[in-house]
Amino acid sequence: MSSSEHTVSHVHRDDVASRMGMWLFLFTELLLFGGMFILYSVYRYNNPDAFHLAAKELNTIIGTFNTAILLTSSLTMALSITAIQRNNKSLSIFFQLITVVLALGFMVNKYFEWGAKFHHGIYPGSNELLSKPAGEVLFFGLYYVMTGLHGIHVLIGIGLILFMTYYTVKDIITKDNYMKLESAGLYWHLVDIIWIFLFPLFYLIT
Amino acid sequence: MSDNSHIQHKAHGYGVYVLVWFALLALTGITVAVAGINFGGLTVATALVIASVKTYLVLTIFMHLRSETVVFKVFIAVAMFFLIISFVLLFTDYSFIVRN
Repeated sequence: MSSSEHTVSHVHRDDVASRMGMWLFLFTELLLFGGMFILYSVYRYNNPDAFHLAAKELNTIIGTFNTAILLTSSLTMALSITAIQRNNKSLSIFFQLITVVLALGFMVNKYFEWGAKFHHGIYPGSNELLSKPAGEVLFFGLYYVMTGLHGIHVLIGIGLILFMTYYTVKDIITKDNYMKLESAGLYWHLVDIIWIFLFPLFYLIT
Repeated sequence: MSDNSHIQHKAHGYGVYVLVWFALLALTGITVAVAGINFGGLTVATALVIASVKTYLVLTIFMHLRSETVVFKVFIAVAMFFLIISFVLLFTDYSFIVRN
């Protein structure tokens, strides 16, 4: 990395290394969710019909809507980085806050979605669920664990982005030093990618 | 301003991101529309191919991989390779167990 040698001496930082560190962390996330996707694929391979039946219980419209929300939040996250690169602080903050609002919207939808399932007695360990065939119990087990873990990631992402907004307001994130925002963005896009796979695998089984 | 030397990103314009966003929404629409059609064994494959295309768009544009050095691309290729290997090995092994 010859470029780092040109770095002004008083700035002790290495942006390439920051991004690489973030990517290494994202690989561990990939393996965390990857393991669950392996579990999913084996159980689906064993119980194709039960997975098909159970997936019908899920609301495709809410799922599609949430996919659009998350994709849009990824867009606003990317736009906030372009804005700070162009030294447009207030626009960057605006896009970051829109991202947070969209993420909260995603969680509100998830709340109603899970709430409706709970209302119908479908939650882990419920009598209603346990009376169903084993394959459907597995489907809902995976559904709750995987979308739940994804939901936790969304909540962490919201917190992370709010910290970035604070840093941007305080001029810690600036045109010349926006790697924190960039890393938060990488995390947010990964959460988006995981949902890109969760959505068809849970909501669109035909 | 010489400080910019360690920011190696070629900044994307707003327009590129909006275009990619349109593409992602369109692909989502296609997945949902196609899900109603029964391709038999290819149904899951179709969904996964579309999801992979969407992932590629997010990785290259939103996550700026297009403007990263080759080291990043190799890293990610290796990580993906091992994830795919674990799926492939598991299924070769598993289908063997199921058949016997």
